[in-house]
Amino acid sequence: MSEQIQTRSPLGRIWDIAVRYQAIVVPVVALTLAFTIGGVLIALQGVNPLIAYESLFRAALFSGDGLLRTLQKATPLILTGMAVSIALRLGLFNIGAQGQLIFGALASAYFGYSLAGAPTIVILPTAIAAGILAGAMWASIAGLLKAYRGVHEVISTIMLNSIAYGLIEFLISGPLQEPDQVLLRTPAVADNARLGNIGSVPVAFIGAVLLAFLVAWMLNRTTTGFQFNTVGKNKFAALYSGMKISRLTVLAMVFSGGLAGLGGAIETLGIVHRYESGFNVGLGFDGITIALLARANPLATIPAALLVAMLRAGSATLQFDTGIKPEVVDLLLAITLLLVSIPVLANILFRDRAQKQENVTSGWGS
Amino acid sequence: MVNTLLRYISNHKLSFFTSVIVIVGMYWFYFVDAIRAESMLGFAWRYSIPLVLAAMVGIIGERSGVVNIGIEGQMLTSAFIGFFGAAYTGSLIMGMFLGVGTGVVMGAFLAWTTVKWQMDQIIAGVVLNIVAAGITSFYYTQGQLLPTLMPKWSVPILSDIPLIGPVFFERGFFGLATLVFVVLLQIMLFRTRWGLRTRAIGEYPSAADTAGIDVIKMRIVNVTIAGALAGCAGAYLSLEATSTFERGFTAGRGFLALAILIFGAWYPNRVMFAALFFGFTTALASQLQADKVVDIPQQFVNLLPYVMTLIVLALAVGRVRPPAAVGQPFVKGSG
Repeated sequence: MSEQIQTRSPLGRIWDIAVRYQAIVVPVVALTLAFTIGGVLIALQGVNPLIAYESLFRAALFSGDGLLRTLQKATPLILTGMAVSIALRLGLFNIGAQGQLIFGALASAYFGYSLAGAPTIVILPTAIAAGILAGAMWASIAGLLKAYRGVHEVISTIMLNSIAYGLIEFLISGPLQEPDQVLLRTPAVADNARLGNIGSVPVAFIGAVLLAFLVAWMLNRTTTGFQFNTVGKNKFAALYSGMKISRLTVLAMVFSGGLAGLGGAIETLGIVHRYESGFNVGLGFDGITIALLARANPLATIPAALLVAMLRAGSATLQFDTGIKPEVVDLLLAITLLLVSIPVLANILFRDRAQKQENVTSGWGS
Repeated sequence: MVNTLLRYISNHKLSFFTSVIVIVGMYWFYFVDAIRAESMLGFAWRYSIPLVLAAMVGIIGERSGVVNIGIEGQMLTSAFIGFFGAAYTGSLIMGMFLGVGTGVVMGAFLAWTTVKWQMDQIIAGVVLNIVAAGITSFYYTQGQLLPTLMPKWSVPILSDIPLIGPVFFERGFFGLATLVFVVLLQIMLFRTRWGLRTRAIGEYPSAADTAGIDVIKMRIVNVTIAGALAGCAGAYLSLEATSTFERGFTAGRGFLALAILIFGAWYPNRVMFAALFFGFTTALASQLQADKVVDIPQQFVNLLPYVMTLIVLALAVGRVRPPAAVGQPFVKGSG
């Protein structure tokens, strides 16, 4: 037995390591493939893909305030990525991070401008807490419907997204609209309710990274985290050992919505400084991509969010330099997501040593 | 003959009397205000056509045991390919074929990943939606026009019936085809060998397997063919209903369809009436708002279908029962 291990060639040993860390290897290979396919598609549009990628990444990382913008974009994405991840641990697929995020953004904008004049110590925590609460409350509707009426969360959260959009359009075109303004937007938040930056690192980014570690600790080291994972892995075992699945379902949605709402609050207080129609678009949906790329691991959402943020931050310059539409980012992410989530790539790479992907989400009636 | 009819009625008292009340109510409304009745019912049916088609995709999939959350993406891509196919080739018929074909290809993809590779069905569907949104928004270009508008046909005799005639039987290709598909699917599911087998693999696949049915193959074929209906729904939206395409064009209709599917308890005929109910409520709300009967902001009227979906699902789930094996991958010899 021991002889066999010793006769393994160095290449074989590297291969063993690759197999062990396939949760990292597969996304990296998928990303490389996606950029190759994307490169071909860019070339078909008559642009040299190397120049296009160079312009994209230079704009996102090295030019002027490129790094700041990337990190600013990454912050809410880490949070929405975690929002989707935490629910996915319990087998809930929260498609509604977008709706929860815009409710959080609006709530923090409201307290940010209506409490103008209050000291920073009051206004900033209130605005942030309002964002978290608003997101959590919006998500809890889906959680309650799932837990007590068996309404599947994918449908309810999609409906709640649309309802959130309509309600907020109504609010910012009437009651909460900036006076004497045609644009659909709220007044600007007070100066002392804005989140600043340290050099080119936003304060909120540091907070989001710390929060990722906190969530990872919660999921891996606490009773609640253990219960989440157990329900997600085997509902019957969880039920049999006396866990209250209904309560855990609502709790997971509240955590999830709270994180998404916090993402919205940070976007409002850190970048937009008010709620404005058309901002925040897609942050919640990118959260789904990020969570699936990170395989619902809260720490892995950080690199995944940074990647998405880089692409998004650089895409405007890309269009300016080469004329390629910024939606190329959606295309690249879609291809990556496809390659990561279909089990075939892992099977081709590792054959019978590929990890079996489990069914994570819950079925219809249950 | 009369006896059979009476027995049928006494066996289906609730649905019989509901339909009688609905029909009487509709015609009473028609005699009070013919123009409004026709325009509201017309709105309701135009609103329902893509929902009914999309819900039938769900019926076929879920009756065979596969949840299809990717209908939205199938519709979006079909609408996109159908529209730009017609615009570039200059032929509406070409666009229709391309649109429907796209639905089939995406259905095949979903079937292969979820049935053959046993990927998580919900995640596979959501990924399909994200991919569809990514592709269509990247390749979208403004300012394209259809070569011709979809012609309207009137079905002889049937289109002369007051109210029902102009609403249901004066439509373009997809509008009329929807009616045919509903009747056809209803008969096929409950009166043919294919239907019995489809329901068997969705309820108890291992028993069906023991009886010699190739569960994997049948699921793949069913989900793939159902894709054609999703293609019809998409092509209807861009070629028949509006003659245009925008980013995010389907606006959640694929998900509304899933709610209607549950509301209609996985029966094609009930799904059609569920969709009409949705459409009519929306028509009623906008009519009441336009007539200033009730003072509600326009945004709230637009939200009505989504709110109704939540209410309907909250009330319906538990009363209706989904196919038992829906969402579970079938592994031969493990059930």
